[in-house]
Amino acid sequence: MNRIATTALALALIAGAAAVALAADDFTVDQIVDNALRVSYYQGATGRADVKMTITDSQERTRERELTILRRDDVPEDQPDEDDLWLGDQKFYVYFHRPADVRKMAFLVHKHINGEDDRKLYLPALDLAKPIASSEERTSFAGSHFFYEDVSGRNKDEDTHELVETTDNYYVLKNTPKNPDAVEFSFYKMWIHKKTFLVIKTEYYDKNDEKYREYQALKFDSVQDYSVITKARMSDTRIGGHTEVEYSDVRFNIELPDDVFTERYLRRAPIKYLR
Amino acid sequence: MAVKPARIAAVLAFFVVLAAGAAAEEPPLPDGLAGDEPALSAGLDDEPALPAGLGDEPALPAGLDDGPALPDGLAGDEPALPDGLDNDSAPPEVEPREPLRLPFEFGGFWETRGGLRTQQAHRQKDATLGESRLHVELDRRGARGGIGIVADFLYDPVLDSPGIDLEQGRGWIDLRGANAYFPLGSFIDVKIGRQVLTWGTGDLRFINDLFPKDWVSFLLGRDMDYLKAPSDAAKVSIFGAHANLDIVYTPRFDPDRYISGERASYYNANLGGVAGRNAIVQADVPDRWFNDDELAARLYRNFGAYEAALYGYHGRWKSPAGQDPIAQKATFPRLSVYGASVRGPVRRGIGNIEIGYYNSEQDRNGTDPLVRNSEFRALIGYEQDVPQIERDFTVAMQYYLEHMMNHASYTNTLPPGQKAKDANWHVFTLRLTKLSWQQNLRLSLFTFYSPNENDAHFRPSANYKIDDHWTVELGANIFTGADDHTFFGQFEDNTSVYAALRYGF
Repeated sequence: MNRIATTALALALIAGAAAVALAADDFTVDQIVDNALRVSYYQGATGRADVKMTITDSQERTRERELTILRRDDVPEDQPDEDDLWLGDQKFYVYFHRPADVRKMAFLVHKHINGEDDRKLYLPALDLAKPIASSEERTSFAGSHFFYEDVSGRNKDEDTHELVETTDNYYVLKNTPKNPDAVEFSFYKMWIHKKTFLVIKTEYYDKNDEKYREYQALKFDSVQDYSVITKARMSDTRIGGHTEVEYSDVRFNIELPDDVFTERYLRRAPIKYLR
Repeated sequence: MAVKPARIAAVLAFFVVLAAGAAAEEPPLPDGLAGDEPALSAGLDDEPALPAGLGDEPALPAGLDDGPALPDGLAGDEPALPDGLDNDSAPPEVEPREPLRLPFEFGGFWETRGGLRTQQAHRQKDATLGESRLHVELDRRGARGGIGIVADFLYDPVLDSPGIDLEQGRGWIDLRGANAYFPLGSFIDVKIGRQVLTWGTGDLRFINDLFPKDWVSFLLGRDMDYLKAPSDAAKVSIFGAHANLDIVYTPRFDPDRYISGERASYYNANLGGVAGRNAIVQADVPDRWFNDDELAARLYRNFGAYEAALYGYHGRWKSPAGQDPIAQKATFPRLSVYGASVRGPVRRGIGNIEIGYYNSEQDRNGTDPLVRNSEFRALIGYEQDVPQIERDFTVAMQYYLEHMMNHASYTNTLPPGQKAKDANWHVFTLRLTKLSWQQNLRLSLFTFYSPNENDAHFRPSANYKIDDHWTVELGANIFTGADDHTFFGQFEDNTSVYAALRYGF
């Protein structure tokens, strides 16, 4: 072969390799899912937020819920998670401020990736701490349009994930449940912001492939260098109306010892962390 | 002419580049790049934009490209910084929760509740309840403890006596809480004063919970919270590495708010029939400080998701369990209780088992007809939600047993004409709960049924949250039984309906 041909071939191969290498910097679906999960539920080793939910029904009447959530990643002591990559078990302490009928109620969740969550409710009027029997995660959280599963995180292994589209700003995923009888949707689509891996929008489609439920992130903030959605809305056409949730006083990596997430502190609310 | 090698190379090159371009649409990672999870922000900058996809995209506000509307702060290349530079997103707002910062927390409710018997009761008023209640809670809490006060101000025209009795909760004020709590070191919590206390695993059946109960409220249709009456006690909780210990010392005996006939009819063994206001129980309540005291303890720990506990109690029977024939008064004989419980996940629900031995110290061999016999009690329960039938639908079942010790001695010494209780009292309970209308409507039915005494008690109720302040509740207490001397059958005359309207603040 003459020199020109060799050079052309070499250049082509390099160009081809470069194109492949450039394409290889993209994330796989699993990586996108993990990153989105991490950003939504696992930022920092601990976290807290004041949550205000405004529930609007189909007749435009509103109800409000105010609560504080404390979170701690349940990382085993002998495996320190310095790079904040943990995607496993977590503990939550949820304390209600309003309305009057749930004031001072608290509940503790031990979220298990493999298996059912353990939930315990404290009723201050009776000084009673009792485990909650409900294993159904797709039921309303505190009467809002968000499900308990939206608050604690849906297990990524429950769905198959497919990257259906990539735009300038988003990865668009289509998620199909592995056990379709266990859920009310046939699939859901997520728009994940490429730079921050925040979930910006989620659309749920029912068994007739019609959209019936939608999550939309409304406001973004950066807190301690973490990307945070501080306002979002969930609407549901089957129920009617929507719930808007606002997060304030969001903090990460606060000193939140493991024993806060025990019955002791259900009975004696840890005011230090709830203010 | 033969194809020149240069041309072949060029064609090959073209196809390689084409293939590489095609590979760019679905990015599998070559070996060596797979496995490492990219960290968050670092590394995202190098990512090239892929060709924009086609297909439906949600409608957008002007100025944005494909995809759903970005939240404030994300339009443009960089997320908004907290100081709000070069975009219009506001920095995170620190919203004060209350516009007025009081030095204490304040809350409560105002409620009007009325109840009516559904049949003529010869020796009772027609109205079971007719009251207006203002419930107020004040708390002052800090890192090193706090104080709490809970008081009910009551206007009750059905009740006749206006005098205040803070122990019995009579009168226009019922002080339900007045306590201080604080940690002692890092592993002890102390709470002293008037407080409501609960432990044990039963569902409206109590074995190791010997804290005072208000059976009158339970029968008449007050809110379930009022089943528990407050104790005047000191509670010390010690938290250890292997187990926790609660100790409750009550320096002066706190009896149940028991059924005396004043508002609810009951079976009077001496009269051989159901009695009410014609035979109000006169009781001799032990009231000496420190001599008539009570001590209760619970040792507990979790084994994974299972809670296990051992209990002990030394004090007295909480409702009248004896008689003083000379003074013609009901008495509260001495009692010790030892028990244990286990509770935890069972299949897709929660199961619990609890046992307890009631040692009636003043009548150990059961031969004293004036003192209640010792007993062995046990219960087993199971609760789960049933989403296959309905959303937010929970079912709880329970079996409860009371076994009278020395039953033969009891029957031998029973006064003539009195009806004998069976050696074993079996009770089954069923609780059905359904939440509807975005959890604003709560329908509930609790049933007690005793196959050996042939009686039952039904507690249906409907509770609706009108809005964040107003709640309305309707319910009934239905008693039925083949005989009038059995535990539930004796209350047949008290079958009633009730309604309540509550404003919470």
